[in-house]
Amino acid sequence: MSETTLTHSSQTEPRPAGWQGIAADWSSDQRAFKNVSWGKAMMWIFLLSDTFIFGCFLLSYMTARMSTRVPWPNPSEVFALHIGGSNVPLILIAIMTFVLISSSGTMAMAVNFGYRRDRRKTAILMLLTALLGATFVGMQAFEWTKLITEGVRPWGNPWGAAQFGSTFFMITGFHGTHVTIGVIFLIIVARKVWRGDYDTGRPGFFTSRKGHYESVEIMGLYWHFVDLVWVFIFAFFYLW
Amino acid sequence: MVDITPADAVPPAEVGEMELYHPHSWWTKYVFSQDAKVIAIQYSATATAIGMVALVLSWLMRLQLGFPGTFDFITPEAYYQFITMHGMIMVIYLLTALFLGGFGNYLIPLMVGARDMVFPYVNMLSYWIYLLAVLVLVSSFFAPGGPTGAGWTLYPPQAIMTGTPGGQDWGIILMLVSLILFIIGFTMGGLNYVVTVLQARTRGMTLMRLPLTVWGIFTATVMALLAFPALFVACVMMLFDRALGTSFFMPAIVEMGEQLQHSGGSPILFQHLFWFFGHPEVYIVALPAFGIVSDLISTHARKNIFGYRMMVWAIVGIGALSFVVWAHHMYVSGMHPYFGFFFATTTLIIAVPTAIKVYNWVLTLWRGDIHLTIPMLFALAFIVTFVNGGLTGLFLGNVVVDVPLSDTMFVVAHFHMVMGVAPILVIFGAIYHWYPKVTGRMLNEALGQFHFWVTFLGAYLIFFPMHYLGLVGLPRRYAELTDMTIMTESAHHLNSFISIMAFIVGFAQLVFLFNLIWSIRHGREAGGNPWRATTLEWQTSETPPVHGNFGKELPIVYRWAYDYSVPGAKEDFIPQNVPGSFGTSKEPA
Repeated sequence: MSETTLTHSSQTEPRPAGWQGIAADWSSDQRAFKNVSWGKAMMWIFLLSDTFIFGCFLLSYMTARMSTRVPWPNPSEVFALHIGGSNVPLILIAIMTFVLISSSGTMAMAVNFGYRRDRRKTAILMLLTALLGATFVGMQAFEWTKLITEGVRPWGNPWGAAQFGSTFFMITGFHGTHVTIGVIFLIIVARKVWRGDYDTGRPGFFTSRKGHYESVEIMGLYWHFVDLVWVFIFAFFYLW
Repeated sequence: MVDITPADAVPPAEVGEMELYHPHSWWTKYVFSQDAKVIAIQYSATATAIGMVALVLSWLMRLQLGFPGTFDFITPEAYYQFITMHGMIMVIYLLTALFLGGFGNYLIPLMVGARDMVFPYVNMLSYWIYLLAVLVLVSSFFAPGGPTGAGWTLYPPQAIMTGTPGGQDWGIILMLVSLILFIIGFTMGGLNYVVTVLQARTRGMTLMRLPLTVWGIFTATVMALLAFPALFVACVMMLFDRALGTSFFMPAIVEMGEQLQHSGGSPILFQHLFWFFGHPEVYIVALPAFGIVSDLISTHARKNIFGYRMMVWAIVGIGALSFVVWAHHMYVSGMHPYFGFFFATTTLIIAVPTAIKVYNWVLTLWRGDIHLTIPMLFALAFIVTFVNGGLTGLFLGNVVVDVPLSDTMFVVAHFHMVMGVAPILVIFGAIYHWYPKVTGRMLNEALGQFHFWVTFLGAYLIFFPMHYLGLVGLPRRYAELTDMTIMTESAHHLNSFISIMAFIVGFAQLVFLFNLIWSIRHGREAGGNPWRATTLEWQTSETPPVHGNFGKELPIVYRWAYDYSVPGAKEDFIPQNVPGSFGTSKEPA
């Protein structure tokens, strides 16, 4: 079935109002979400499920932090960089956040050019997004290295509650894994765009199905989600 | 009333034809198949195989409980391992996988009128990751120290300590890895089921015309996609506690006179995460059973389901409510009384939609043309068993009643009745019902009668006495009870009796397995629609359905799934894809 067939819904009868209208819309013929392709619907539902995973991680972290009886390390000191003779709090994380948010911008532009069928610009912008994502992961690796050399371990750290290290490595690690997977898929989709797979209808290697430029947008949904999650991790870890 | 004329009632197709992967070799046709029906059979076979392991484990447990001290090889450690693996396998690897991976894969595309799941390749991966999860689980039986004996709830801190079998060996690690794999695999399949139901229905198939089977499986899958994340997180964190020495769930603790390295973790946090998954899991297993049993009753009583809309809303309502009741599993863990009050209230509120469903099943039977076929027998047995288990649920939902009954055999009786035996009875009924579609032949009737009566009566004789054992105070999860004062003579005899019944019922399952295999070749030819049912899977041009399910044209749906015995119609059933209006259908407008 075609992924991007944008046909109009076949609504002939007058639509009921209020709650009945909502129920009727949801339960309407053939598709609950009109003009939403299978791939896009699947990505949205996956992201909903993934939200629960990150939600559980963050709630567990909050529980640990609120119930601890030993001091929690002070984020503005722990995450400070020593630059030019003074400690600049949160400077690295500010740059990382800036990089990741910028990558959402380039991703949105890639989606736009994808729908204009501009192969070159789409692919370049996707690769730029991947580059920014990789930069983010690189800086995260730097941050991890710095903390590890200062003695932070999953099972303990020099400054206080052991849960600081464990939740930090676990949650940023899980998020970093998401970014890394995103980078890999960005490169794969960018290659397909560059090669013109979506213009020629070349079947996928595994699925043997034709791809569409909508894949760029679905890729973008995932990328923006990973960005959004970072905003919460940033707020709860670094600003609390 | 369905006074529609086919010409203007059928809207044009909103999406084009599905691209199917056509297999080129034996391997891609039967092994690495992307056909949901083959995947369904793979899921079912794997789930049944691992389920047999769990059945044998229950026998071993009953040997110990019924005849304590007789069998030397059942040490207390081994007993805990049996109890843990029995519970985990039955709940997750058998029931969840069979209902969603097995029945979901087979029935969803056929019942909604789709050629296949929307992403067959991902669907195939789902099965292979599930198989990997099962293999990892099985491997723990052969690992040093054996499988984990932490109880299926895997409560920390004991789950990862020396005293628990597998706690400081491989057992717990393999268990957690297996669960993580299961969740990843399930998510791949689950996304497929949900999107197929929402976005790939055939023309005329509105959500309010779906058979209740699909509603049950669909709602359960949505719940699973939202509940499994909590288990995933809990497993990851416990894996770190065990492998890296973190302290998510581990408080400061002394073991064998030595202070462990852990400190500051919260075991209660694990319980919250686990039961945020664990309670919806009960309904992940129950809702597909509710849906399937509705269709079995309607078909075999030749009558439309009573209150279809209420049935749908009850399924959705139970699904939503089940996310706000989890702490009723934790009354004895200690919590603020107001929380206990809250969770007791929500728990009892669930009884309302559940009661609606039971009344509707009974009212569907009321003045129906009941055919006591094997599927119908199992459906009736389900209602009786489920009501029984549901009523004891009302006991246990109340804090004051739960506290003394907690961790007694009463609880064992309750959950085996309500989410063990009841859904399994539906699975049996469903297999007898759909086997003719899967293989083209009927299961043997005489063996089926034998299987039914032994299983149904036997299961009652196993679990009903456990209520009594629980009320006299017999604790559960104890390997050795002989020296306890509460272990009266009568309780001991009852335990031996239960064990003997467990062997008889287990034996009946072997007869059932034999029937499954024997009937593939020797069963009576079934034809395309032996039960004269209305839903789309019975209307396929070929039986068993071929890859792509339907012939050249997808069926068009003109009516709901329950036009049985419509007054004024010639036949006592009108398939969903038959156009025109006949008599006075009860389809809600």
